[in-house]
Amino acid sequence: MTAQEIHDILKSQFGDAVLESKLDGVPDPFIKILPERIKEVSAFSKNDERLQFDYLMCLSGVDYKGKLGVVYHLFSMTHKHKIVLKVEVPTDAPNVPSVEAIWKSANWHEREAFDLYGINFIGHPDLRRILLPYDWEGHPLRKDYEVPEFYNGMRVPY
Amino acid sequence: MGLLDQKFESANIVVTTMDKLLNWARLSSLWQMQFGLACCAIEMMAASASNFDMMRFGVIPRATPRQCDVMIVSGTVTLKMASRIKRLYDQMSEPRYVISMGSCANCGGPYWEHGYHVLKGVDRVIPVDVYVPGCPPRPEALIEGLIKLQEKIRNESMAKKKAV
Repeated sequence: MTAQEIHDILKSQFGDAVLESKLDGVPDPFIKILPERIKEVSAFSKNDERLQFDYLMCLSGVDYKGKLGVVYHLFSMTHKHKIVLKVEVPTDAPNVPSVEAIWKSANWHEREAFDLYGINFIGHPDLRRILLPYDWEGHPLRKDYEVPEFYNGMRVPY
Repeated sequence: MGLLDQKFESANIVVTTMDKLLNWARLSSLWQMQFGLACCAIEMMAASASNFDMMRFGVIPRATPRQCDVMIVSGTVTLKMASRIKRLYDQMSEPRYVISMGSCANCGGPYWEHGYHVLKGVDRVIPVDVYVPGCPPRPEALIEGLIKLQEKIRNESMAKKKAV
């Protein structure tokens, strides 16, 4: 199924929750989704007969300076088609519904996005740091992150 | 014992100093703390494997710090790992030695500027005896570092206090 057909199915189902999209001229066509509706859209994408996106290949965080984003790379093992979903939230209230209940692989990916970008995944069963130590302060992959002078008595800068 | 092997017809006495005897014993059985941190660990494993065979110098990997004489810090020391390395080093019994292997363990390596999570040199948490440069160093380089450490041990003396 082409990206345009996938977009049309989602658009007819969710209407205003499907924001702008870029479907040709890029290696990975993407569709922007309203953050509050991403869980519904994900559940539909997985369960709908025509789409059957049963595999979440990757879930990543992005810092767009002022906005934070989450990117979902989906693939269907049955239909061998793929699509990218994106959501954008303001940096001062980075709340995104968790899709952990839909794809279990999202569990650690969302923990990683929380660890490094501070995105708050609502409904995640175990949202704590996964890579950095638990007592770390801040979220290092944010554009405005500043490296601390000391961590636990160890000097960090060169 | 190669030098004295098969040289005596019957039981005999060899005279030496305690320094020489202890140093000889220590430098020929440097048991190694068995852990690796990054790609340097691959080279360290190659140095242990049959082509380079570090065991001919008496280096045996041990899985517990209490049986170890030398810690080879092979790879990037993250801040999360640094406290673990310090604890492992503290658990090793003296005399203990540290070989810092590769650019990351020496000074932070490629992470020196933007590595918010990397300790810029393992010598910030534990004392280092020998630094092996390279990214990663070849097994020959690690073996040279080991021989340098053996030279260092050979010149130690019980009479002189070691500064740690």
